[in-house]
Amino acid sequence: MPKITYIEHSGKEHVVDAPDGQTVMEAAVKHAVPGIDADCGGACACATCHVYVDPEWLEKTGEASSMEQSMLDFANDVETNSRLSCQIKVSAALDGLVVRLPKSQH
Amino acid sequence: MSANEIKRVIIIGAGQAGGETAQRLRQGGFEGDITLIGEEPLPPYQRPPLSKKYLAGEFGMDRLLLRPANVYAEENIALLTGTRAVWIDRAGKRVRLEGGRELAYDALVLATGARPRKLSLAGADLAGVHLFRTAADVDAMMPAFKAGAKLVVIGAGYIGLEGAAVARQMGLEVTVIETAVRPLARVTSPEVAGFFLDEHTRQGVRFVLGGQPAVIKGQDRVRAVGLADGTEIPADIVLTGIGVNPETTLAQHCNLKAENGIVTDAFCRTDDPAIFAIGDCANRPIAHYGGRQCRLESVHNAIEGAKIVAATILGKEAALETPWFWSDQYDLKLQIAGLFTGYDHVVFRGVMADRAFAAFYYKGAQLIAVDAVNRPAEFLGAKALIHKGLTVTPEVIADMSRPMKEIVAAAG
Repeated sequence: MPKITYIEHSGKEHVVDAPDGQTVMEAAVKHAVPGIDADCGGACACATCHVYVDPEWLEKTGEASSMEQSMLDFANDVETNSRLSCQIKVSAALDGLVVRLPKSQH
Repeated sequence: MSANEIKRVIIIGAGQAGGETAQRLRQGGFEGDITLIGEEPLPPYQRPPLSKKYLAGEFGMDRLLLRPANVYAEENIALLTGTRAVWIDRAGKRVRLEGGRELAYDALVLATGARPRKLSLAGADLAGVHLFRTAADVDAMMPAFKAGAKLVVIGAGYIGLEGAAVARQMGLEVTVIETAVRPLARVTSPEVAGFFLDEHTRQGVRFVLGGQPAVIKGQDRVRAVGLADGTEIPADIVLTGIGVNPETTLAQHCNLKAENGIVTDAFCRTDDPAIFAIGDCANRPIAHYGGRQCRLESVHNAIEGAKIVAATILGKEAALETPWFWSDQYDLKLQIAGLFTGYDHVVFRGVMADRAFAAFYYKGAQLIAVDAVNRPAEFLGAKALIHKGLTVTPEVIADMSRPMKEIVAAAG
Protein backbone atom coordinates (compact mmCIF):
# COMPACT_ATOMS: atom_id res chain seq x y z
CA MET A 1 0.00 0.00 0.00
CA PRO A 2 1.40 3.45 -0.88
CA LYS A 3 2.72 5.42 2.08
CA ILE A 4 1.94 9.10 2.49
CA THR A 5 3.62 11.45 4.93
CA TYR A 6 1.57 14.30 6.37
CA ILE A 7 3.46 17.02 8.19
CA GLU A 8 1.38 19.13 10.56
CA HIS A 9 1.98 22.86 10.74
CA SER A 10 3.78 22.22 14.05
CA GLY A 11 6.21 19.90 12.24
CA LYS A 12 4.77 16.66 13.62
CA GLU A 13 4.87 13.87 11.01
CA HIS A 14 2.31 11.15 10.35
CA VAL A 15 3.14 8.31 7.98
CA VAL A 16 -0.02 6.60 6.78
CA ASP A 17 -0.79 3.56 4.60
CA ALA A 18 -3.14 4.92 1.95
CA PRO A 19 -5.34 2.50 -0.02
CA ASP A 20 -5.07 2.73 -3.80
CA GLY A 21 -8.03 4.56 -5.32
CA GLN A 22 -8.93 6.52 -2.19
CA THR A 23 -7.90 10.14 -1.86
CA VAL A 24 -5.07 11.77 0.06
CA MET A 25 -7.78 13.44 2.19
CA GLU A 26 -9.53 10.15 3.04
CA ALA A 27 -6.33 8.44 4.14
CA ALA A 28 -5.62 11.33 6.50
CA VAL A 29 -9.10 11.51 7.98
CA LYS A 30 -9.33 7.75 8.49
CA HIS A 31 -6.06 7.82 10.41
CA ALA A 32 -7.12 10.86 12.42
CA VAL A 33 -4.31 13.08 11.13
CA PRO A 34 -5.13 16.44 12.76
CA GLY A 35 -5.26 19.47 10.50
CA ILE A 36 -7.41 18.12 7.67
CA ASP A 37 -11.06 18.85 8.43
CA ALA A 38 -12.66 17.67 5.18
CA ASP A 39 -16.11 18.73 6.34
CA CYS A 40 -17.85 17.70 3.11
CA GLY A 41 -16.27 14.26 3.03
CA GLY A 42 -14.55 14.75 -0.32
CA ALA A 43 -17.25 16.29 -2.50
CA CYS A 44 -15.05 19.29 -3.38
CA ALA A 45 -17.67 21.40 -1.62
CA CYS A 46 -15.94 22.97 1.36
CA ALA A 47 -12.19 23.65 0.84
CA THR A 48 -11.22 22.37 4.30
CA CYS A 49 -8.69 19.74 3.19
CA HIS A 50 -6.05 22.15 1.88
CA VAL A 51 -2.47 20.78 1.75
CA TYR A 52 0.89 21.86 0.33
CA VAL A 53 2.34 19.22 -1.95
CA ASP A 54 6.08 18.78 -1.47
CA PRO A 55 7.58 20.42 -4.61
CA GLU A 56 9.27 17.27 -5.88
CA TRP A 57 5.87 15.54 -6.05
CA LEU A 58 4.02 18.26 -7.92
CA GLU A 59 4.46 16.64 -11.30
CA LYS A 60 3.05 13.31 -10.11
CA THR A 61 0.05 14.77 -8.29
CA GLY A 62 -0.96 16.68 -11.44
CA GLU A 63 -2.80 19.95 -11.70
CA ALA A 64 -5.86 21.25 -9.91
CA SER A 65 -9.07 21.36 -11.97
CA SER A 66 -10.61 24.78 -12.50
CA MET A 67 -13.25 24.00 -9.87
CA GLU A 68 -10.59 23.05 -7.34
CA GLN A 69 -8.52 26.11 -8.26
CA SER A 70 -11.51 28.39 -7.66
CA MET A 71 -12.02 26.81 -4.24
CA LEU A 72 -8.34 27.19 -3.40
CA ASP A 73 -8.50 30.89 -4.22
CA PHE A 74 -10.51 31.31 -1.04
CA ALA A 75 -8.44 29.09 1.25
CA ASN A 76 -6.03 30.64 3.76
CA ASP A 77 -2.31 31.04 2.99
CA VAL A 78 -2.47 29.58 -0.51
CA GLU A 79 0.82 28.85 -2.27
CA THR A 80 1.67 27.64 -5.76
CA ASN A 81 1.85 24.06 -4.41
CA SER A 82 -1.54 24.22 -2.70
CA ARG A 83 -4.07 21.49 -3.46
CA LEU A 84 -7.31 20.17 -2.03
CA SER A 85 -6.33 16.72 -0.83
CA CYS A 86 -9.78 15.30 -1.66
CA GLN A 87 -8.90 15.80 -5.31
CA ILE A 88 -5.63 13.83 -5.26
CA LYS A 89 -6.19 10.13 -5.86
CA VAL A 90 -3.76 7.69 -4.26
CA SER A 91 -1.89 5.34 -6.61
CA ALA A 92 1.36 3.38 -6.61
CA ALA A 93 2.98 6.35 -8.35
CA LEU A 94 2.36 8.43 -5.22
CA ASP A 95 4.09 5.99 -2.85
CA GLY A 96 6.24 8.22 -0.64
CA LEU A 97 4.25 11.42 -1.24
CA VAL A 98 4.86 14.18 1.28
CA VAL A 99 2.25 16.87 1.99
CA ARG A 100 2.35 19.67 4.54
CA LEU A 101 -0.69 21.05 6.33
CA PRO A 102 -1.62 24.71 6.69
CA LYS A 103 -2.00 26.46 10.03
CA SER A 104 -5.79 26.35 9.79
CA GLN A 105 -8.50 25.11 7.42
CA HIS A 106 -11.05 27.75 8.41
CA MET B 1 -22.21 21.99 36.16
CA SER B 2 -18.75 23.27 35.41
CA ALA B 3 -16.80 21.67 32.62
CA ASN B 4 -14.33 19.82 34.84
CA GLU B 5 -17.08 18.00 36.74
CA ILE B 6 -18.14 16.17 33.59
CA LYS B 7 -16.65 12.69 33.72
CA ARG B 8 -19.22 10.69 31.77
CA VAL B 9 -20.66 11.73 28.42
CA ILE B 10 -23.38 9.71 26.71
CA ILE B 11 -24.22 10.48 23.10
CA ILE B 12 -27.48 9.06 21.76
CA GLY B 13 -27.32 8.84 17.99
CA ALA B 14 -24.26 7.61 16.08
CA GLY B 15 -24.65 9.60 12.90
CA GLN B 16 -22.28 12.33 11.79
CA ALA B 17 -23.23 14.71 14.64
CA GLY B 18 -22.83 12.04 17.33
CA GLY B 19 -19.65 10.57 15.86
CA GLU B 20 -18.01 13.96 15.45
CA THR B 21 -18.88 14.89 19.03
CA ALA B 22 -17.08 11.81 20.38
CA GLN B 23 -14.08 12.44 18.15
CA ARG B 24 -13.83 16.14 18.96
CA LEU B 25 -14.12 15.49 22.68
CA ARG B 26 -11.21 13.06 22.55
CA GLN B 27 -9.12 15.20 20.23
CA GLY B 28 -9.79 18.15 22.51
CA GLY B 29 -8.36 16.25 25.49
CA PHE B 30 -11.48 14.95 27.25
CA GLU B 31 -10.34 12.02 29.40
CA GLY B 32 -13.64 10.83 30.85
CA ASP B 33 -15.98 8.10 29.60
CA ILE B 34 -17.64 8.51 26.21
CA THR B 35 -20.48 6.21 25.21
CA LEU B 36 -21.84 6.53 21.68
CA ILE B 37 -25.17 4.76 21.14
CA GLY B 38 -26.59 4.14 17.66
CA GLU B 39 -29.61 2.20 16.41
CA GLU B 40 -28.06 1.39 13.07
CA PRO B 41 -25.67 -1.57 12.86
CA LEU B 42 -22.85 0.59 11.43
CA PRO B 43 -20.34 2.94 13.01
CA PRO B 44 -20.92 6.61 12.11
CA TYR B 45 -21.00 7.10 8.35
CA GLN B 46 -21.55 9.89 5.85
CA ARG B 47 -25.12 10.23 4.62
CA PRO B 48 -24.60 12.64 1.68
CA PRO B 49 -23.00 10.03 -0.63
CA LEU B 50 -25.97 7.69 -0.13
CA SER B 51 -27.97 9.56 -2.76
CA LYS B 52 -24.89 10.19 -4.90
CA LYS B 53 -21.74 8.08 -5.26
CA TYR B 54 -22.81 5.24 -2.98
CA LEU B 55 -26.05 4.70 -4.91
CA ALA B 56 -24.08 4.89 -8.15
CA GLY B 57 -21.78 2.13 -6.87
CA GLU B 58 -18.70 4.38 -7.09
CA PHE B 59 -18.19 4.48 -3.36
CA GLY B 60 -18.14 1.39 -1.13
CA MET B 61 -18.93 1.00 2.55
CA ASP B 62 -15.26 1.38 3.54
CA ARG B 63 -15.30 4.89 2.11
CA LEU B 64 -18.70 5.71 3.54
CA LEU B 65 -17.58 5.25 7.16
CA LEU B 66 -16.44 8.52 8.72
CA ARG B 67 -13.61 6.66 10.45
CA PRO B 68 -12.56 3.00 10.47
CA ALA B 69 -14.52 0.88 12.97
CA ASN B 70 -11.42 0.07 15.04
CA VAL B 71 -10.66 3.74 15.83
CA TYR B 72 -13.39 3.92 18.47
CA ALA B 73 -11.85 1.24 20.65
CA GLU B 74 -8.40 2.75 20.12
CA GLU B 75 -9.67 6.07 21.41
CA ASN B 76 -11.55 4.46 24.28
CA ILE B 77 -14.96 5.45 22.92
CA ALA B 78 -17.60 2.85 23.81
CA LEU B 79 -19.50 2.49 20.55
CA LEU B 80 -22.78 0.62 20.99
CA THR B 81 -24.21 0.01 17.52
CA GLY B 82 -27.53 -1.70 16.93
CA THR B 83 -28.61 -0.35 20.31
CA ARG B 84 -31.68 1.65 21.17
CA ALA B 85 -31.96 4.05 24.07
CA VAL B 86 -35.53 3.92 25.37
CA TRP B 87 -35.69 6.17 28.40
CA ILE B 88 -33.95 9.15 29.96
CA ASP B 89 -34.18 9.61 33.71
CA ARG B 90 -33.32 13.28 34.06
CA ALA B 91 -33.44 13.39 37.84
CA GLY B 92 -31.16 10.35 38.18
CA LYS B 93 -29.12 11.29 35.08
CA ARG B 94 -29.42 7.84 33.60
CA VAL B 95 -30.19 6.44 30.17
CA ARG B 96 -31.97 3.11 29.87
CA LEU B 97 -31.24 0.91 26.87
CA GLU B 98 -33.57 -1.58 25.26
CA GLY B 99 -33.15 -4.73 27.34
CA GLY B 100 -32.99 -2.80 30.59
CA ARG B 101 -29.32 -1.88 30.96
CA GLU B 102 -28.85 1.59 32.46
CA LEU B 103 -25.95 3.99 32.03
CA ALA B 104 -25.21 7.10 34.08
CA TYR B 105 -24.18 10.43 32.59
CA ASP B 106 -22.94 13.83 33.66
CA ALA B 107 -23.63 15.25 30.20
CA LEU B 108 -26.02 13.75 27.66
CA VAL B 109 -25.98 14.62 23.96
CA LEU B 110 -29.08 13.91 21.89
CA ALA B 111 -28.05 13.46 18.26
CA THR B 112 -31.05 11.37 17.31
CA GLY B 113 -31.40 12.73 13.78
CA ALA B 114 -34.58 12.61 11.79
CA ARG B 115 -36.91 9.95 10.44
CA PRO B 116 -37.93 10.00 6.81
CA ARG B 117 -41.66 10.55 6.33
CA LYS B 118 -43.47 7.50 5.02
CA LEU B 119 -46.20 7.60 2.44
CA SER B 120 -49.54 7.10 4.10
CA LEU B 121 -51.02 5.33 1.12
CA ALA B 122 -52.41 1.89 0.48
CA GLY B 123 -49.58 -0.26 -0.87
CA ALA B 124 -46.81 1.84 0.67
CA ASP B 125 -45.42 -1.28 2.36
CA LEU B 126 -45.04 -3.25 -0.88
CA ALA B 127 -41.61 -4.56 -1.81
CA GLY B 128 -39.84 -2.10 -4.09
CA VAL B 129 -41.06 0.97 -2.19
CA HIS B 130 -38.05 2.51 -0.48
CA LEU B 131 -37.17 5.22 1.95
CA PHE B 132 -33.93 7.10 1.31
CA ARG B 133 -32.18 7.75 4.59
CA THR B 134 -29.86 4.95 5.68
CA ALA B 135 -27.19 2.80 4.07
CA ALA B 136 -29.58 -0.12 4.57
CA ASP B 137 -32.27 1.72 2.57
CA VAL B 138 -29.86 2.18 -0.32
CA ASP B 139 -28.49 -1.38 -0.10
CA ALA B 140 -32.08 -2.60 -0.36
CA MET B 141 -32.85 -0.62 -3.52
CA MET B 142 -29.55 -1.13 -5.34
CA PRO B 143 -30.23 -4.59 -6.82
CA ALA B 144 -33.23 -3.16 -8.68
CA PHE B 145 -31.28 -0.13 -9.92
CA LYS B 146 -30.63 -1.49 -13.41
CA ALA B 147 -30.74 0.07 -16.85
CA GLY B 148 -34.27 0.01 -18.23
CA ALA B 149 -35.97 -0.36 -14.83
CA LYS B 150 -38.80 2.08 -14.15
CA LEU B 151 -38.17 4.33 -11.17
CA VAL B 152 -40.79 6.61 -9.68
CA VAL B 153 -39.44 9.22 -7.28
CA ILE B 154 -42.03 10.73 -4.97
CA GLY B 155 -40.90 14.16 -3.82
CA ALA B 156 -38.74 16.60 -5.78
CA GLY B 157 -36.45 17.81 -3.02
CA TYR B 158 -32.68 17.53 -3.19
CA ILE B 159 -32.63 13.87 -2.12
CA GLY B 160 -35.23 12.86 -4.69
CA LEU B 161 -33.56 14.80 -7.49
CA GLU B 162 -30.13 13.40 -6.63
CA GLY B 163 -31.60 9.90 -6.79
CA ALA B 164 -33.23 10.75 -10.12
CA ALA B 165 -29.91 12.00 -11.50
CA VAL B 166 -28.02 8.85 -10.49
CA ALA B 167 -30.81 6.70 -11.93
CA ARG B 168 -30.75 8.48 -15.29
CA GLN B 169 -26.99 8.10 -15.44
CA MET B 170 -27.47 4.37 -14.86
CA GLY B 171 -30.07 4.19 -17.62
CA LEU B 172 -33.28 3.85 -15.61
CA GLU B 173 -36.53 5.39 -16.79
CA VAL B 174 -37.36 8.05 -14.23
CA THR B 175 -40.59 9.83 -13.32
CA VAL B 176 -40.63 12.36 -10.49
CA ILE B 177 -43.97 13.11 -8.80
CA GLU B 178 -44.21 16.29 -6.77
CA THR B 179 -47.32 17.65 -5.08
CA ALA B 180 -46.11 21.26 -5.37
CA VAL B 181 -46.16 23.00 -8.73
CA ARG B 182 -42.36 23.14 -8.88
CA PRO B 183 -39.45 21.08 -7.62
CA LEU B 184 -37.29 22.23 -4.70
CA ALA B 185 -40.14 24.49 -3.56
CA ARG B 186 -39.05 24.49 0.07
CA VAL B 187 -35.34 24.99 -0.49
CA THR B 188 -34.72 27.40 -3.34
CA SER B 189 -36.13 30.19 -5.48
CA PRO B 190 -38.48 29.58 -8.43
CA GLU B 191 -35.66 30.65 -10.79
CA VAL B 192 -33.13 28.10 -9.55
CA ALA B 193 -35.83 25.44 -9.26
CA GLY B 194 -36.71 26.13 -12.91
CA PHE B 195 -33.09 25.60 -13.91
CA PHE B 196 -32.98 22.18 -12.24
CA LEU B 197 -36.35 21.24 -13.71
CA ASP B 198 -35.02 22.05 -17.19
CA GLU B 199 -31.78 20.14 -16.60
CA HIS B 200 -33.55 17.01 -15.41
CA THR B 201 -36.05 17.24 -18.24
CA ARG B 202 -33.19 17.53 -20.73
CA GLN B 203 -31.65 14.43 -19.15
CA GLY B 204 -34.85 12.54 -19.79
CA VAL B 205 -36.59 12.73 -16.41
CA ARG B 206 -40.37 13.00 -16.65
CA PHE B 207 -42.06 15.27 -14.10
CA VAL B 208 -45.58 15.15 -12.75
CA LEU B 209 -45.89 18.48 -10.93
CA GLY B 210 -48.94 19.14 -8.79
CA GLY B 211 -49.43 15.35 -8.79
CA GLN B 212 -51.17 13.63 -5.87
CA PRO B 213 -50.06 10.04 -5.30
CA ALA B 214 -53.16 8.13 -4.14
CA VAL B 215 -52.19 4.46 -4.12
CA ILE B 216 -49.24 2.17 -4.68
CA LYS B 217 -50.37 -0.74 -6.81
CA GLY B 218 -48.97 -4.25 -7.00
CA GLN B 219 -49.34 -7.78 -5.65
CA ASP B 220 -46.13 -8.89 -3.97
CA ARG B 221 -44.15 -6.03 -5.38
CA VAL B 222 -44.85 -2.52 -6.58
CA ARG B 223 -46.18 -2.34 -10.14
CA ALA B 224 -47.40 1.24 -10.45
CA VAL B 225 -48.16 4.46 -8.63
CA GLY B 226 -51.75 5.62 -8.98
CA LEU B 227 -52.49 9.35 -8.85
CA ALA B 228 -55.63 11.00 -7.51
CA ASP B 229 -56.71 11.93 -11.05
CA GLY B 230 -56.67 8.25 -12.02
CA THR B 231 -53.37 8.31 -13.92
CA GLU B 232 -51.21 5.24 -13.39
CA ILE B 233 -47.43 5.45 -13.61
CA PRO B 234 -45.69 2.10 -14.05
CA ALA B 235 -42.97 1.48 -11.46
CA ASP B 236 -40.44 -1.23 -10.67
CA ILE B 237 -39.04 0.85 -7.83
CA VAL B 238 -40.53 3.72 -5.84
CA LEU B 239 -38.23 6.04 -4.00
CA THR B 240 -39.75 8.20 -1.30
CA GLY B 241 -38.15 11.57 -0.62
CA ILE B 242 -40.89 13.59 1.03
CA GLY B 243 -38.91 15.05 3.88
CA VAL B 244 -38.10 14.05 7.43
CA ASN B 245 -39.41 14.60 10.92
CA PRO B 246 -36.97 15.34 13.73
CA GLU B 247 -36.59 12.35 16.07
CA THR B 248 -37.73 13.83 19.36
CA THR B 249 -39.47 10.86 20.99
CA LEU B 250 -36.95 10.40 23.81
CA ALA B 251 -36.76 14.14 24.45
CA GLN B 252 -40.53 14.45 24.64
CA HIS B 253 -40.84 11.47 26.97
CA CYS B 254 -38.66 13.27 29.47
CA ASN B 255 -40.41 16.62 28.90
CA LEU B 256 -37.62 18.51 27.18
CA LYS B 257 -38.91 21.41 25.16
CA ALA B 258 -39.46 20.27 21.57
CA GLU B 259 -41.01 22.35 18.82
CA ASN B 260 -39.90 21.49 15.30
CA GLY B 261 -36.97 19.70 16.93
CA ILE B 262 -35.48 19.79 20.40
CA VAL B 263 -35.15 23.44 21.32
CA THR B 264 -31.70 24.57 22.47
CA ASP B 265 -29.74 27.72 23.19
CA ALA B 266 -26.69 28.83 21.21
CA PHE B 267 -24.56 26.34 23.17
CA CYS B 268 -26.85 23.51 22.03
CA ARG B 269 -28.17 23.12 25.59
CA THR B 270 -31.77 22.05 26.02
CA ASP B 271 -33.85 23.37 28.90
CA ASP B 272 -32.04 20.76 31.05
CA PRO B 273 -28.47 22.10 31.42
CA ALA B 274 -27.04 18.56 31.49
CA ILE B 275 -28.59 17.67 28.13
CA PHE B 276 -27.51 18.94 24.72
CA ALA B 277 -29.20 18.39 21.37
CA ILE B 278 -27.46 18.66 17.99
CA GLY B 279 -27.84 17.83 14.31
CA ASP B 280 -31.09 17.19 12.44
CA CYS B 281 -33.10 16.69 15.66
CA ALA B 282 -32.21 20.06 17.17
CA ASN B 283 -33.58 23.56 16.79
CA ARG B 284 -31.01 26.19 17.76
CA PRO B 285 -30.40 29.90 17.28
CA ILE B 286 -28.17 30.63 14.29
CA ALA B 287 -25.67 33.37 15.08
CA HIS B 288 -25.36 34.72 11.53
CA TYR B 289 -29.09 35.26 11.28
CA GLY B 290 -29.71 37.31 14.38
CA GLY B 291 -30.13 34.24 16.56
CA ARG B 292 -33.16 33.01 14.64
CA GLN B 293 -34.17 29.50 15.80
CA CYS B 294 -33.58 27.05 12.96
CA ARG B 295 -33.65 23.31 12.51
CA LEU B 296 -31.15 22.62 9.76
CA GLU B 297 -30.64 19.28 8.05
CA SER B 298 -27.07 19.37 6.85
CA VAL B 299 -23.53 18.17 7.33
CA HIS B 300 -22.47 21.67 8.33
CA ASN B 301 -25.08 21.71 11.08
CA ALA B 302 -24.11 18.26 12.32
CA ILE B 303 -20.43 19.22 12.50
CA GLU B 304 -21.12 22.60 14.04
CA GLY B 305 -23.31 21.09 16.76
CA ALA B 306 -20.52 18.63 17.55
CA LYS B 307 -17.97 21.44 17.67
CA ILE B 308 -20.13 23.52 19.99
CA VAL B 309 -20.90 20.68 22.41
CA ALA B 310 -17.30 19.46 22.54
CA ALA B 311 -16.06 23.01 23.14
CA THR B 312 -18.68 23.67 25.82
CA ILE B 313 -17.87 20.45 27.69
CA LEU B 314 -14.16 21.26 27.45
CA GLY B 315 -14.74 24.82 28.63
CA LYS B 316 -13.68 26.33 25.30
CA GLU B 317 -15.36 28.36 22.61
CA ALA B 318 -16.32 27.05 19.17
CA ALA B 319 -15.72 28.95 15.94
CA LEU B 320 -19.01 29.21 14.06
CA GLU B 321 -19.52 29.18 10.29
CA THR B 322 -22.17 30.48 7.93
CA PRO B 323 -24.54 27.58 7.27
CA TRP B 324 -23.70 25.78 4.02
CA PHE B 325 -25.04 22.89 1.95
CA TRP B 326 -24.37 21.15 -1.33
CA SER B 327 -26.04 18.91 -3.88
CA ASP B 328 -24.53 16.98 -6.80
CA GLN B 329 -26.74 16.26 -9.79
CA TYR B 330 -25.21 15.08 -13.09
CA ASP B 331 -22.18 17.32 -13.66
CA LEU B 332 -23.79 20.14 -11.68
CA LYS B 333 -22.38 21.04 -8.31
CA LEU B 334 -24.79 23.19 -6.36
CA GLN B 335 -23.21 24.88 -3.36
CA ILE B 336 -25.36 26.90 -1.02
CA ALA B 337 -24.17 29.40 1.57
CA GLY B 338 -26.52 30.99 4.07
CA LEU B 339 -30.27 30.75 4.60
CA PHE B 340 -32.46 32.18 1.84
CA THR B 341 -35.71 32.22 3.85
CA GLY B 342 -37.19 35.72 3.88
CA TYR B 343 -35.29 37.03 0.82
CA ASP B 344 -37.02 39.81 -1.11
CA HIS B 345 -34.97 39.85 -4.28
CA VAL B 346 -32.50 37.72 -6.17
CA VAL B 347 -29.61 38.85 -8.35
CA PHE B 348 -27.85 36.60 -10.84
CA ARG B 349 -24.16 36.48 -11.54
CA GLY B 350 -23.53 34.64 -14.79
CA VAL B 351 -26.24 33.07 -16.93
CA MET B 352 -28.04 29.77 -16.54
CA ALA B 353 -27.43 28.82 -20.17
CA ASP B 354 -23.72 28.46 -19.34
CA ARG B 355 -24.62 25.96 -16.57
CA ALA B 356 -22.40 28.00 -14.28
CA PHE B 357 -24.11 30.81 -12.41
CA ALA B 358 -24.93 32.00 -8.93
CA ALA B 359 -28.15 33.37 -7.44
CA PHE B 360 -27.53 35.95 -4.71
CA TYR B 361 -30.43 36.42 -2.31
CA TYR B 362 -30.98 39.74 -0.58
CA LYS B 363 -33.20 40.93 2.21
CA GLY B 364 -33.22 44.66 1.75
CA ALA B 365 -29.62 45.67 1.20
CA GLN B 366 -28.23 42.64 3.06
CA LEU B 367 -26.92 39.60 1.24
CA ILE B 368 -28.36 36.56 3.07
CA ALA B 369 -27.66 33.53 0.86
CA VAL B 370 -26.30 32.24 -2.42
CA ASP B 371 -27.08 29.24 -4.62
CA ALA B 372 -23.98 28.67 -6.75
CA VAL B 373 -24.10 26.17 -9.61
CA ASN B 374 -20.62 25.16 -10.82
CA ARG B 375 -19.42 28.46 -9.33
CA PRO B 376 -17.30 27.61 -6.28
CA ALA B 377 -15.75 31.08 -6.04
CA GLU B 378 -19.18 32.67 -5.71
CA PHE B 379 -20.11 30.11 -3.05
CA LEU B 380 -17.00 30.65 -0.94
CA GLY B 381 -17.04 34.39 -1.54
CA ALA B 382 -20.64 34.76 -0.41
CA LYS B 383 -20.00 32.48 2.57
CA ALA B 384 -17.16 34.77 3.66
CA LEU B 385 -19.26 37.92 3.14
CA ILE B 386 -22.18 36.58 5.18
CA HIS B 387 -19.82 35.36 7.88
CA LYS B 388 -18.43 38.86 8.28
CA GLY B 389 -21.86 40.48 8.06
CA LEU B 390 -20.82 42.31 4.89
CA THR B 391 -22.87 42.91 1.81
CA VAL B 392 -22.25 43.92 -1.79
CA THR B 393 -24.60 45.85 -4.05
CA PRO B 394 -26.49 43.96 -6.77
CA GLU B 395 -24.71 46.08 -9.41
CA VAL B 396 -21.31 44.88 -8.22
CA ILE B 397 -22.43 41.27 -7.90
CA ALA B 398 -23.81 41.20 -11.43
CA ASP B 399 -20.58 42.64 -12.88
CA MET B 400 -18.82 39.58 -14.28
CA SER B 401 -15.77 41.63 -15.24
CA ARG B 402 -14.81 41.74 -11.56
CA PRO B 403 -13.57 38.45 -10.10
CA MET B 404 -15.41 37.27 -7.00
CA LYS B 405 -12.24 37.30 -4.94
CA GLU B 406 -11.69 40.98 -5.69
CA ILE B 407 -15.32 41.80 -4.87
CA VAL B 408 -14.99 40.09 -1.49
CA ALA B 409 -11.71 41.84 -0.71
CA ALA B 410 -13.15 45.23 -1.64
CA ALA B 411 -16.18 44.66 0.61
CA GLY B 412 -13.97 44.81 3.65
